[in-house]
Amino acid sequence: MDYILNHFNYIIVVIIMMLGLWGMLSLSNLVKKLISMAIFQTGIILFYISMGAKKGSSIPIIKQAYDDHHHPIHQTINHIDYANPLTQILMLTAIVVGVATLGLGLALTQRVYSEHKSLNEDEILESLS
Amino acid sequence: MIDQAPALIVVIPLLAALFITVIGVYKPRLSWILTVLTFVITSIFTIITLKQVVVIGPVYYMFGNWPAPFGIEFVIDHLNALIIAMISIVALLVAIYSKHDVKKELGDKIPHFYSLFTLLVTGLLGITMTGDAFNLYVLLEVSALTSYALLALSKGRAYIATFNYLIMGTIGACFYLLGVGYLLINTGSLNMADIATIINANTYSYAVLAAFLFIMIGMWTKMALFPLHGWLPNVYTYAPTSTSCLLAPLMTKVSVYVMLRMMTSVFNYDYIFNVLQWQQVIVALAVLAILAGSILAFRQDNLKRMLTYLIVAEIGYMVGGAWLGNVNGFTGASYHIIADGFMTLCLFLAIGCIIYKIGDSSLASMKGIFKKMPLTMVGFLIGAFSMIGIPPTCGFFSKWYLLSGAYEAGAWPFFVALLVSSLVNAILFFRIIEVGYFHALPEEEPNHNHPKHKRDEAPLSMIIPLLTTAGLLIGIGIYTADIVTYLIRPFINTFL
Amino acid sequence: MQTFTSFLPAAIVLTSFIGSVAVFFTKKNQNLREVWTFITAAINIVLLFRMAKWILAGNTYTYHIAEVLPGLPLFFNVDGFGMLFAFVAGSLWIVTSLYSIGYMRPLKEHAQTRYFACFALAISATMGVAFSGNVLTMYVFYEILSLSTYPLVTHHQDNEARGGGRKYLTFLLTTSIGFALPAMIITYLNTGTLTFSNAGIFSQTADPTLLLVLLLLFLFGFAKSGIMPFHVWLPGAMVAPTPVSALLHAVAVVKVGVFCVLRILTGVFGIDLLSSTSLSTVVCVIASITVIVSSLIALTQDNLKRRLAFSTVGQLSYIVLGAGIATMYGVMGSMTHIAMHAFGKITLFFCAGAIYVATGKKYISQMVGLGKQMPITMIAFLIGSMSVIGLPLTGGIISKWYMVLGAMDSGRIWILIVYLISSLLNAAYFFPIVYNAFFCKEEDSQYPNKIKEAPLPALIPPVLTAIGTFLLFIYPELFLNFAKVAVGVSK
Repeated sequence: MDYILNHFNYIIVVIIMMLGLWGMLSLSNLVKKLISMAIFQTGIILFYISMGAKKGSSIPIIKQAYDDHHHPIHQTINHIDYANPLTQILMLTAIVVGVATLGLGLALTQRVYSEHKSLNEDEILESLS
Repeated sequence: MIDQAPALIVVIPLLAALFITVIGVYKPRLSWILTVLTFVITSIFTIITLKQVVVIGPVYYMFGNWPAPFGIEFVIDHLNALIIAMISIVALLVAIYSKHDVKKELGDKIPHFYSLFTLLVTGLLGITMTGDAFNLYVLLEVSALTSYALLALSKGRAYIATFNYLIMGTIGACFYLLGVGYLLINTGSLNMADIATIINANTYSYAVLAAFLFIMIGMWTKMALFPLHGWLPNVYTYAPTSTSCLLAPLMTKVSVYVMLRMMTSVFNYDYIFNVLQWQQVIVALAVLAILAGSILAFRQDNLKRMLTYLIVAEIGYMVGGAWLGNVNGFTGASYHIIADGFMTLCLFLAIGCIIYKIGDSSLASMKGIFKKMPLTMVGFLIGAFSMIGIPPTCGFFSKWYLLSGAYEAGAWPFFVALLVSSLVNAILFFRIIEVGYFHALPEEEPNHNHPKHKRDEAPLSMIIPLLTTAGLLIGIGIYTADIVTYLIRPFINTFL
Repeated sequence: MQTFTSFLPAAIVLTSFIGSVAVFFTKKNQNLREVWTFITAAINIVLLFRMAKWILAGNTYTYHIAEVLPGLPLFFNVDGFGMLFAFVAGSLWIVTSLYSIGYMRPLKEHAQTRYFACFALAISATMGVAFSGNVLTMYVFYEILSLSTYPLVTHHQDNEARGGGRKYLTFLLTTSIGFALPAMIITYLNTGTLTFSNAGIFSQTADPTLLLVLLLLFLFGFAKSGIMPFHVWLPGAMVAPTPVSALLHAVAVVKVGVFCVLRILTGVFGIDLLSSTSLSTVVCVIASITVIVSSLIALTQDNLKRRLAFSTVGQLSYIVLGAGIATMYGVMGSMTHIAMHAFGKITLFFCAGAIYVATGKKYISQMVGLGKQMPITMIAFLIGSMSVIGLPLTGGIISKWYMVLGAMDSGRIWILIVYLISSLLNAAYFFPIVYNAFFCKEEDSQYPNKIKEAPLPALIPPVLTAIGTFLLFIYPELFLNFAKVAVGVSK
């Protein structure tokens, strides 16, 4: 039980990813496939973000205090106080990639529809054979 | 300048891609010249780098002078120096080749084609050189996204094929990303060399196992290893000729290289072959890939489609060779990346010439092709001989190393599968040669004045790259010893 | 005993290759094209003679072509045996070229340029095989030969040619890729070298099972040698024009096959290893079976060229058998037999072609009474068949004599019996042809009307080779000395 509670974020991530993967591979509607793809990617983004998150930590921007003469006051920076910025930056890139993929996928779906007059993969394959 | 070569190899095509888009709006004709020029320069830089690596050893390039674990690092060792040279030369040849073909097949989309083309190659070059695991993911997606777009420039069945490719490609990339995530949890680093040292210092945890598994599955999906190969044949068959000429030799081969890279510079021999001991299973998978690819290729009537199944079989060669876990197997796999790249290029270029002239690549349309397009068929023959493994073409030598590796590892099924695949290739290609050689040309209109067997070759800009590639196949074959001694062995020595 | 590093062997291979290219580019002018063939053939002979003197003195020539695999270069190393074979191929090439012109022009064959170009290429590859210094080089040229002769075999480009060509390549490529290539790799990995040496490259302590497997792979891998059951391509390839059959089946292709097998037996395994283990017996048994069975099949063939083809299959196994005995005389005999059989068999093929050109007849049953109409051709045929059978006054007996000596040395009486039976069978399938041609009753003759001999270019070559066969009886030293040098007997 403790194990589940300690790792609940990973378990949720795995569930989300599995849902997405299942959708991508087994749904026959092309748009649904793309939605599943987005879910899958979101699962991975959550995975990264949750690995960098810490309880009670703040965003990784160092709070700088100043004295009356606007000089920075020297203070010790404790890394426990901040979330890991690396994973967030990585995911910024991953989100961009994901959006691009999704956009391209939707554009392709449009083309597929105008070509085959259907969005159902099984129907399209049937019409081709 | 030379110090900056690793960066320039990526930066020049990247900037060129933007430039081509802008210029292309006003002067579409210029885009071809610009692309060729870009790859001439890139090829020169890759060859300079190759020479440098041979003389002084691996080159490390820190972007923005940030030291290794913090900044992004490009590492050019002996093997990937060779591979970037191959990529840029293949890109150059295809760029020259595509001039007439693109005009014919894509019409007003010429600038789009060339800017995507250049961007795709940028991605591939980056993947090969980068020493950063996440950077690799980004570049992987850069090349994947541009390849989807390139494929979608075509019409008809290409759309649905590309859609499936997009789904499978994304799954592959996501699995890779997931694997990198596990590595990040375990080590807190993204630099490959850094990860390697940290992993080696610790005992291997389940997180490392998961990371390895996910990365491998991701790459196997990308390279279309046997049960995951479903997307490949349709994509390459329905793609525009020049696109398939570029994608077929490069995309899968670069994925194979990433697999090799991960096995060698992130994980290590001891972990993969002594702790995990998956080699039996993977080699069995490779055997299945070879046999399935060969059998499926046998059932095709369309040449282009047949070749796509042969790619599936060739992937089995490389994966199997790498997982034999001995020097010869690794040499064979690494050498075969280069050999297979040029072999596939040669055959696709030849088929492209035929499609350009005849408009079709079915077996039936090959009748009398030897009389009609003798030069094209010379290129095709040399490519075919290399696929079959007839010396002194390079296909023979990669087979030599793979067979040696299989014998040393006692992997008899793999040994036999390699031989069977050579024989199947022989039958496949001689079936084509027979049709081309024996059947007279289909009768032309009777009022035609010309003799029946009229020569009708594709334009020179298509023939020259084809024959150059054919020459390279023999050249690489003859210089096998140098390639192996100066490039592949030093790379393997760092690993085994 | 010296080793010269010299460009000469490569020059010989290159001249034929350049000749082939020259032929290809002069297709507009028929006469000029043929001149190229003769020029290159003549240069070859001159260069061969230059080497011959030094080779006979016991020296060898080497030339390093390229190091294709680390520690495993492509290189030429010419010794007595290679020289012997090169001489056979080079001298018969000239005769065959002459014959080709006499055969192809009257019949107005198509694609003559391709024919002559491929022909020269095939000779180039044959020379390459003859001069090879290691198994890899030999394999490379062996494969080039298979491919360059495919257009020759399928020259007619009709359905029959296609079937023959398909069989030809299927058998040759399957065996070379499926058997010879793995055998070569396994040998290399076990011994670390592929360079031929008279002492063999395996150690005496090598695993006997491995040796047996390798021996079988090599024997069947070079299927050009026509050892049963991989002989099927040979009768199939008879669809080729007769000059091709003559050159391919008497000189270049099949002889390359046995040459390779002999090289493997003497240079890779070594006579000592063969005779000290049971491997020798294995080779002998396999070869003997082929000798007897093919002779029996030849008896039943009515198509003259097919009968000759099966006779070739038998004679090739003779050569393998001679080497399989693994005694010095046996090996010498079989090396010499390559030359003797080449001259005899090419005469027979030339005659078959001359008959076809003159009468258009292919079947033996149609040749009754032919002797009176075409006496010169039939006498040449008689001499050729005498040589193949191994009767005195022809070169064939010399080589057979040595092989029999070898068999007696090894103390295996059953091999003598095999030689005896097969000689009888050879006589049984050749003499009836000659007998019926000359001594038939007037009313049985199928040629009541006068017919002429074939045109001169098709008639001179069989006469020349027949004379050659006879001269080889008187001066067998020409080839015998090369064989002596090859096995290391001082003169």
